[in-house]
Amino acid sequence: MADKVFIALQNNADAQPVIAAILQDNPAAKLHENPGMVKIDCPERLCVRRTSIEDRIGRAFDLQEIHLHLISLGGNIDEDDDEIVLSWGR
Amino acid sequence: MSIDLKLASIAPLRRTFDHIAARLGPDQSPSRYQEAVWGLQPELNFHYRPTWDPTRALYDPARSRIVMADYDDLVDPRQYYYGTWTVQRGRQQDAQERNFELVEKRGLLDHLDDAWRGHIERIVLPLRHVAWAANNNNCAIAAYGYGAPLTAACSLHMMDHLGIAQYISRIGLLLAGNGTSALDAARAAWIGDQNWQPLRALVETSMVQRDWGELFVLQNLVIDGCLHPLFFDRFAQTLATNGGAVFSMLTEFMVDWHVESARWVDAVIARVAAESAYNRMLLETWITTWLPQVRGALEPLAAQAFDERAVAVLDDVVVELVKRTVKCGLTV
Repeated sequence: MADKVFIALQNNADAQPVIAAILQDNPAAKLHENPGMVKIDCPERLCVRRTSIEDRIGRAFDLQEIHLHLISLGGNIDEDDDEIVLSWGR
Repeated sequence: MSIDLKLASIAPLRRTFDHIAARLGPDQSPSRYQEAVWGLQPELNFHYRPTWDPTRALYDPARSRIVMADYDDLVDPRQYYYGTWTVQRGRQQDAQERNFELVEKRGLLDHLDDAWRGHIERIVLPLRHVAWAANNNNCAIAAYGYGAPLTAACSLHMMDHLGIAQYISRIGLLLAGNGTSALDAARAAWIGDQNWQPLRALVETSMVQRDWGELFVLQNLVIDGCLHPLFFDRFAQTLATNGGAVFSMLTEFMVDWHVESARWVDAVIARVAAESAYNRMLLETWITTWLPQVRGALEPLAAQAFDERAVAVLDDVVVELVKRTVKCGLTV
């Protein structure tokens, strides 16, 4: 498990474009649906890209808005205005 | 005592309405926007033809020469439905309201010198009549158009134009110390001033266009695409360099709104153009017909606003608009 990073988000309407964007940008990511939440596992590295989310919602998106839906995450975080990257830094 | 919490996971039988699932596929979660506009156009069970147009059905795609296989494809990239649109406009209204308050409280318009004040009165205030016409034109597209994504967005666009007309009116009230003298003068200019008559004639011609596709191109692409950059961007910049930066505060909404709504207009035009060569030909014909006329109608006003720079500024605005149409896949 140690080589895997994950992000868990609430499964609501506002989070759908975020979830879809993550799955598109990380082909290796696996989606697990639980009641009310989704957990996305990904080997080594997972990135959340601002532009992919903006393409889906049709407006400017501040990556910090993700905290409205974020439940938990695993991995070291490297974030800037354009993307949030999770990895174990190896 | 220990409590053992057990998790029961229940997979939903369906994620959305059947008519949305038929478009997206069964395992896709739709956005609220898609649920709000797709499949909303009434199609069936109209037994009688309308008395005002017995040659066509009540909702009939043939009211425009544009042909789409599926009118639900004309979606709005901003994804506005009533909820998202009101939230966004409410936010902008708050910001704009604060700007007006500040200008009023500090008397910022009083410092403007008389020549530029007169310019605002003669060149900007009559635009409220143009905005009202734009409101009516979008109302017509919403009424006679086909496909909920387009007609819904046009209804919102129609209210946006009404808001713009009101903001312009408020500038007029501010200029006249809360009296109506500036607005009365603007109306007199709209009706009587020679410089305004070409634009007034054009706007009145637009209001009797029957083809909603052509009206969409004329009003939302060509008229707005020339007029907004010309008056709320270029003219505002000219004013700002002459001590009239306060004008930009009062028209901030129009500038932001034009950038935002142009994305929607371009997306609709691009989708219509991508549908068929016939549609593309129609759009190109409409643009090449109307663009010179709109330009001609704006010429006397540009001359009044920009003096010797008028031709260059107008060229610049038209080139910008042509660039937009090229991005939409058209050659004009």
